[in-house]
Amino acid sequence: MTEYSTDDDVAPAEHGLTREDRRRARRMRRFDNPWLNPKLYWGGGLLLGIVLVGILGRLLWDLDLVFTGSGMLKLPPVGFENLRGQEGTFANPLGTDGAGRDMLALIVIGAPNSLFVGLLASLIGMSIGIFLGFTAGYVGGRTDDIIRVLSDVMITIPPLLILVVFQSAFGDVSLTMMALLIAGFVWQSPTRLIRAQVLSMKSSGYVQMAKLSGASTFDIMFREMLPNLIPYLFGSFIANVTTSIVTAVGLEVLGLGPQRVPTLGRTIYEAINAGALIQNLWWWWGIPTLLLAAMFIGLLLINLGLDEVSNPRLRKA
Amino acid sequence: MGRIPRSYLINRLITLFLTILIAATLIWVIPRLSPVDPADIMLGRMAAGAGSVANADQVLAQLRESFGLDQPMIVQYFKYLGNTLLFDFGLSTASFPTPVSSLIARALPWTLGLMILSVVITFVIGNALGAFMVWERSPKLVKVAIPAAMVFTSIPPILSGLLLMWIFAAQLRWFPLTGAYGLMVEPGWTWDFALSVLHHGFLPALSIVIVTFGFWALGMRGLMITVQGEDYVKLAEAKGLRPRYILYRYMIRNAILPQVTAFALKIGLLIAGQVLVERIFAYNGMGKLLYDAILDQDFPVIQGVSYVIILMTALSVFLVDLIYPFIDPRIRHEG
Repeated sequence: MTEYSTDDDVAPAEHGLTREDRRRARRMRRFDNPWLNPKLYWGGGLLLGIVLVGILGRLLWDLDLVFTGSGMLKLPPVGFENLRGQEGTFANPLGTDGAGRDMLALIVIGAPNSLFVGLLASLIGMSIGIFLGFTAGYVGGRTDDIIRVLSDVMITIPPLLILVVFQSAFGDVSLTMMALLIAGFVWQSPTRLIRAQVLSMKSSGYVQMAKLSGASTFDIMFREMLPNLIPYLFGSFIANVTTSIVTAVGLEVLGLGPQRVPTLGRTIYEAINAGALIQNLWWWWGIPTLLLAAMFIGLLLINLGLDEVSNPRLRKA
Repeated sequence: MGRIPRSYLINRLITLFLTILIAATLIWVIPRLSPVDPADIMLGRMAAGAGSVANADQVLAQLRESFGLDQPMIVQYFKYLGNTLLFDFGLSTASFPTPVSSLIARALPWTLGLMILSVVITFVIGNALGAFMVWERSPKLVKVAIPAAMVFTSIPPILSGLLLMWIFAAQLRWFPLTGAYGLMVEPGWTWDFALSVLHHGFLPALSIVIVTFGFWALGMRGLMITVQGEDYVKLAEAKGLRPRYILYRYMIRNAILPQVTAFALKIGLLIAGQVLVERIFAYNGMGKLLYDAILDQDFPVIQGVSYVIILMTALSVFLVDLIYPFIDPRIRHEG
């Protein structure tokens, strides 16, 4: 009887929840969904913004302004004045560079290019990594040894240096070619990650179960194991996008990389060489620098957000 | 104390050896796949300098011979490997006939100095901040300010370098714009020279530090959260030890160890980033040497610099792997 009476005490109390309380409870529950992570949102938003600049810019802005000499030289952005006393005009809202190219057109073409190189290189690297990692972890033996040693070796070689050798020997490359070359250096960390995970999953119950029920090796790898790896893969993918863009920008700043396509790194390279820092032509190097910084911050936020999704312990601190 | 098992040592040595071999081979193979001929470029430079070159065919043949290009590929390859092991990368074509190795020897101390300085500073600052972020007793400000500063983590040092250069060198003129020491100062072991080096090195080092400390802070934060929940920390608290003592002797000491391995993975990116910082600051290190060589299409220098930088990376990773069992006796290496 006493038990019933306590229940009776509780029940009216729950009924007495105010509307405010219930709304708060609902909000708390909503925030418990790990994917609704503010960092993930902000990061995704930043990257989306850059992609939008690329798409909308192509529709709304005259991209022929990207050609050398299409405008006056070294014009400042609107609302500023350069050392020669020229004021910025709306014909070139972000100013022009030392060769008269419109900065806005440069950005509209250049910013998505950097993202494209990063995504493509990372995607290819990831595919190689998934294939090699699963093979090493699942097949084991001699194959595993070879893949393990190879990825250990390749992970210590900085991609920038080998690519410098490559591009200085071959000269001009296309954007896609550069992405392919970079991809040759970003497969190692996914390979190692997946191999380690596969090794630990191989002996787990559900994999044994699938094996006993006659699932093919392919099915076990890609239907049973791969879905469990997705949070790790995402994190590794984003980290590789960052590495790829850093490498691409590094090459461009050294004067290598694609010569005929405008890229943010190449714009910075030209600005430094023309002494834009001393001449206070801040828009020339500053705008590409800020855009790249926004891109990297966006990628970092996504990665931090993903970390919190897959590791609940980080959420509280 | 951790003792390194022989199998582990052999394993690491093989990895080191293979890294060097593969890097050296790539550096050798790639230019040979290209249609560009270094002797041609050299001849072109001579022609550009002198107006015309008499007996161009003979000169070309001689140049090819001096580069060893007239021998069979396999002979060239093994000769190259042997020379590379002895740090003999041939002669620079742009500043002919200076040996590449002496150019590198002149640039290397600058790069190493800048690197060691910035790495040590970042490691200390980053790990300290990461630890204080987790510690309950650290001031509120730390917990708010550090995550905000951490946004800069992902930016490559070249971008921060440009910003710092513009603000502090071009606008405020607190620091010199380029170079590793003043033009007026005689290099030597004098106070003037040391001050000039510090003055010039400050911005390059700072641009590396502000974008890398966050990496260590983030890693440390994750490790500290794990350590915080450990039983030995609870016990230490229950014993009534001073919180500061617990932080330093119990938490940080345990959390910092995996950070050393993270260092091994990060070093390649660090070095590559620094090469670019040196290029924009025209700092007298490997980065500037590499950039000048790219401008001059000076292949022996490009190859030599790339090889030495990769060797530096591989050796640092090897050393970290070897030191690790000594600083963390919990690790026991098998096979």
